[in-house]
Formats: sequence, C-alpha cells, structure tokens
Amino acid sequence: MSAMDCSNITRETLKRLFVEGKRFDGRGLSDYRDFNISFNVSNKAEGSARVKIGKTEVVVGVKMEVGKPYADSPEKGNLTVSGDLLPMASPRFEAGPPKFNAIELPRLVDRAIRHSGILDLKQLVITPGEKVWTVIIDIYPINDDGNIIDAATIGAAAALRKAMVPVLNEKGEIDYHQESKTPLPISKEIFPMIITFFRLGDSIILDPTREEEEACEARIAWGVSKWEGQYMINSCQKGEEIPLTRQHIEYMMDIIPKKFDEASEKLKKFF
Amino acid sequence: MIKIYREEDYILWSYTMPMNNYINEAHKAEEAQSEDSSVKKRRIVIPGEVIATGEDYLPGEGARREGDNVLASRFGLAEEAGRVIKVIAITGAFIPRRNNVIIGRVTAVSFNGWIIDVDSASSAFLPIDESPRFINKSEMNQFLDIGEVVVAKIWSVNARGIDLSLKGQGLGKLDKGFIFRIIPNRVPRVIGREGSMITLIKENTGCNITVGQNGWIWVSGPSLEAEIKARKVIEFIVEKVYVSGLTELVEDWFVKNK
Repeated sequence: MSAMDCSNITRETLKRLFVEGKRFDGRGLSDYRDFNISFNVSNKAEGSARVKIGKTEVVVGVKMEVGKPYADSPEKGNLTVSGDLLPMASPRFEAGPPKFNAIELPRLVDRAIRHSGILDLKQLVITPGEKVWTVIIDIYPINDDGNIIDAATIGAAAALRKAMVPVLNEKGEIDYHQESKTPLPISKEIFPMIITFFRLGDSIILDPTREEEEACEARIAWGVSKWEGQYMINSCQKGEEIPLTRQHIEYMMDIIPKKFDEASEKLKKFF
Repeated sequence: MIKIYREEDYILWSYTMPMNNYINEAHKAEEAQSEDSSVKKRRIVIPGEVIATGEDYLPGEGARREGDNVLASRFGLAEEAGRVIKVIAITGAFIPRRNNVIIGRVTAVSFNGWIIDVDSASSAFLPIDESPRFINKSEMNQFLDIGEVVVAKIWSVNARGIDLSLKGQGLGKLDKGFIFRIIPNRVPRVIGREGSMITLIKENTGCNITVGQNGWIWVSGPSLEAEIKARKVIEFIVEKVYVSGLTELVEDWFVKNK
C-alpha cells in the first residue's frame, strides 16, 4: 500500500504491463480472481463466512448482543463493525494497537453495509428506547494477497445473510441452548459490495495481488449495491496521496455496473 | 499507514502453498521407490521424526542425533546418501551465509552507506567503501537511492547484522526488468545442477536472470512477453519441488507454452 515497499524497477515494469493491458497472472486489468465462500466456519458465532479471492482469505463473524440503543436512534438496533489486521496475514501487519489501515478497514465495511440497507435495523428493537439488538461484525484477514477490502465486505454481507437471531428467555437474556430459527432482518435483494480501484501510472486496475497493491499509487473504494434495478453508490473513500483525474472517475463509473453484476453472478452459486 | 518493519515473505508463502499436494506427491514417489529397494531414498519428515536408528548413520544438514536415533530438525525431505542422513528443507526463512549472492532493495541512505532490505531477519548494510568505484558522500543517493535494487555479496554475518559488498563480478545496481520472490529454499531447484536449469530458461526466453540466494529473482528480457514467460516457468519450477526429472518437465513446458 505504501509505494516504499516496491522496488522502482518492478513498479516501472508493472506500469509498462498495465499500459499494454496485461498482468503477471494473465488476467485483464479489470478481472477478478476466483471467489470462494464457505459458511458457518465458526461454531459460536451467529453467522460466519470465509471468503477467498485468489489467495486472499478473510474470516468474518457476526455476533449478537442485547444492548441499549444509541440516544439519537431509540427505534433502531445497533450495528458495530470491528476488525484487526492479524500479523499472520501478512508480514506488513504488526501486533499492537491498531494502526491506520486496521481502523480504516472496518469503517469502510461499516459504511458499505449500513448505507446499502441490507440490514433493517428498525426490526432489531426488543423494547423501544430500552433494549435493542447489537449486531457485531468481526473481520479477520487470514491471508493478505491484496484486495482485502473487497473480500471483507463480501464476507460481512455473506455472514449477515446466514446469521440467526438468538432466542431470548423470559428474563430477556440470550438462551444459547435453544436453537434459533429466526434469521436476521436481511433484504435478500441487496448485496452490498466494495469495488476498489487502484491507480498506477495512468492505468486503473481492479483486484490487485499484494505485489501490485504495493506498487500502486492511489486507491479508491466504492461501496456499491443494487436496489430495484438501480446501481447505488453507498460510500466512497480515497486512499494514498496521488490524486485521480475526472477521466479516471468516469471510467470507473462506466465499469462499476458491469463489474458488480459480474461479481454478483460469481457469488450467486454460493448462496 | 502501517510501518513495514520486516518483509519475511515466507510467512505468506508457506501459508499459501498447498502443502498436502506435496506430501501426497512425495508419498507416491516414495512408494514407487521402496518397491525395488529396502532403503527408502527420500521421504517427507517433520521436526522430531525419527529418520533412522542405529550407530551406522550420521546426521547431516537438517538432522541431529539423539541417543540411538537420527531425528529431523526441519520440515522437509529426508535423504540418505550412504551413511549420512540429511533433510532438505522445503519452507523456511533465508538464513544469510558468507559469500551468498543476494538481491536487496535500498530502504535508507545513511551517512556512510546504504541500508538494504534482503528479506532476512537482520538488516543488511552496504558501506560506501564497498561500492565498486569512489563515491562522494554528498552524492550517495545519485549512485543508489531508496527503492533501487542491487545484487550484492554477503561478506560477513555478525551480531550487528549483515555486511554487504558490491566488489566483484556480476554485482551492482539493477536498472531494468523487475524482481519477484520465491521461497528461498527452492533457489537451488531454480538454478539446477551447475546452473543447468537457469541456462535452459535463459536460452528459451532470451531473458537475463539473476537468482539471489534470498529468493529474490531479477528478470530482464527483450520484451514483456519474454519476461512474463520467464517468471511463469520459474513459478512452475518452484511448485514442483518433489518431481524428479524436472528438466524434461520444463522442456515440455516450453514446448506447450511456445
């Protein structure tokens, strides 16, 4: 992610490659690697998913708690997204207090999920103004081979889809002994995704490997979903120092619907 | 921004390698070999596994003696060469040794030399005196700047770190092509016996290739296609660690991927 880690000659070669529309692994500039999702990998979580994009691997778990609503939204449940970049995932991640990227990742996922409307927080109220469900999404990258943001969002959405609301007993506490049959109030039509574009030289690439990601100079993450046949941009965040031009953004807007449909089609077989 | 302290890529690599396939492949090879001879020539071992029992055997590299047994101290292939038993490690970090030729990336320029990332546990230092020609201290970053790549030789490994030298044939700054990484333990496989494999690749792709002992490989060729091809075939070799007769396989690969 920082251009310091890539050697100059490798970056120049990658630039030349991208200008010709080629990549080392034989993909086109805007091709995704293969997806793979497995569900309920965690025993204790209400819902979980393991997402693989190429060699990148992310485990996402959904846990639910009974809590108080926030003062500004007494009629809504709470959604919290947390995550950490584990040192086992990549040599660039260090143990210790979360740094910039480790804070950014869950926030990006949070916004993409929250503003897509996949989760209806209004239905997560137990007693209005007093007791609501808190949905906690935990993101853990297991292996970083680039494009962790996209993988984490797909994982979060997939885990939410499979999550079950635990049963409450008479006292209003969670009873884990009873099997839950209520899924989360999820919209089946909406599947939020983040599509992250990377810029190197004048080329825009999608789904980079770690090597490519290290060489890239700018990054922009679009939170995309589809609602009633329309493509929605729910969130957007730019990373790194190098700016993007208007032509770049227009190019992205052109291919986002195509890429979103392509990725949704690839993901469909897992649900 | 996450600060990158060390780039021990083997963590990523060792995770992403489908180890089971290798084990299966190795077991198949083992079965085929044990049919005609009672002594197993090559098998996969894990640290602590007993390879042989008896005073007849001597522990070699990657093996040790404990009482009557010869045990493996690394994960890899156990090989018996006469009385000596050695273990060829399959994964692991680069362990710097004297006279290793390595490829490194400049991470900092200090007042009397360059600090170089060589993908090892300790950092490497290239003093200004070890550069091939005289360099004025005020013009150090014109000779080597941050992010540039050098082929260097290790001339000492001590408690402070690794000391490098650029004095020698084939050493110096690289200014074309690109570098990529493989598992350091598989470097001998890529080079081949007396450089046979690397010569084969060079002849078939027309590329210049330098293989650092630390698993960094530099490729520079006449065209991007040739460079991609060279990288692909090296990655193919790295995957086929256990296959014997690799040269024929690589020749086949070149015929298929003409």
